[in-house]
Amino acid sequence: MVRKPRHVVKISRRTIVAGAAILLTARAVARPAIAELAGERSRSFQEAYARIVGDRTPEAGAFTMELPELAENGNMVLFKLSAESPMTEAEHVRALHLLSTQNPQGHVATFKLSLLSGAARVSGRMRLAKTQDVVALAELSDGRILMASSTVQVTIGGCGI
Amino acid sequence: MAKPRIKVPEAAKAGDVIEIRAIIQHPMETGNRKDANGQIVPRQIIHTFVAKFAGQVFFEGAFGPGISSNPSFAIPLKVPGPGQLELTWVDDEGVTTVETVTLNVTGG
Repeated sequence: MVRKPRHVVKISRRTIVAGAAILLTARAVARPAIAELAGERSRSFQEAYARIVGDRTPEAGAFTMELPELAENGNMVLFKLSAESPMTEAEHVRALHLLSTQNPQGHVATFKLSLLSGAARVSGRMRLAKTQDVVALAELSDGRILMASSTVQVTIGGCGI
Repeated sequence: MAKPRIKVPEAAKAGDVIEIRAIIQHPMETGNRKDANGQIVPRQIIHTFVAKFAGQVFFEGAFGPGISSNPSFAIPLKVPGPGQLELTWVDDEGVTTVETVTLNVTGG
């Protein structure tokens, strides 16, 4: 007797990719306030965060961070930061910051942009010592700060971070 | 530091926003690792990255040990016209690596 699977759901690769992209984006945008981050936050992270933010309150906005939900190797995790901005003298993104809440050092990178950048985006590879929230901040020309965050499950932590 | 690799589009028009990809070989030693004798391996990372086009700085990166070894970035540039792209990496030992690429700018 041949057993047939009870439920056959056809999901194309494209659907999965699109769905994952929506999930990632939605999550990054939906959590504006630092107080809402569930995970632990190191002292080093809090200092780096305070240095950038000062007495301002980060907002959610047209700013996304793409990270994998699951990283098998914490030594090399692809990140992509992207803020919507015309990048004109009147309205541009001055800098993008990438922070780790649980690496030994909270400040991972600061990227200063200019009008010649033409777009407010950057991508690269980061280390994550263990499962944690990653926080990104975008400093706007009008003084506001946008924030995005994402939780990454790390299988094998970046050794020696 | 080993010779970096820079990837730019084969041709671009003035006004286009292009993506520049750059990678350089570097251990990005974090300063938190111990060697076989239990001694801390000193931090040795690229802490600064600067991108200039036609002599003008348009992108600067400041890094901690949380950037992966062999740092690789993709950054945008709104091409103002013909010119040379110059990328600079500086590490903790004071080694500065500079690499240039002339952009093929057509029309525009």
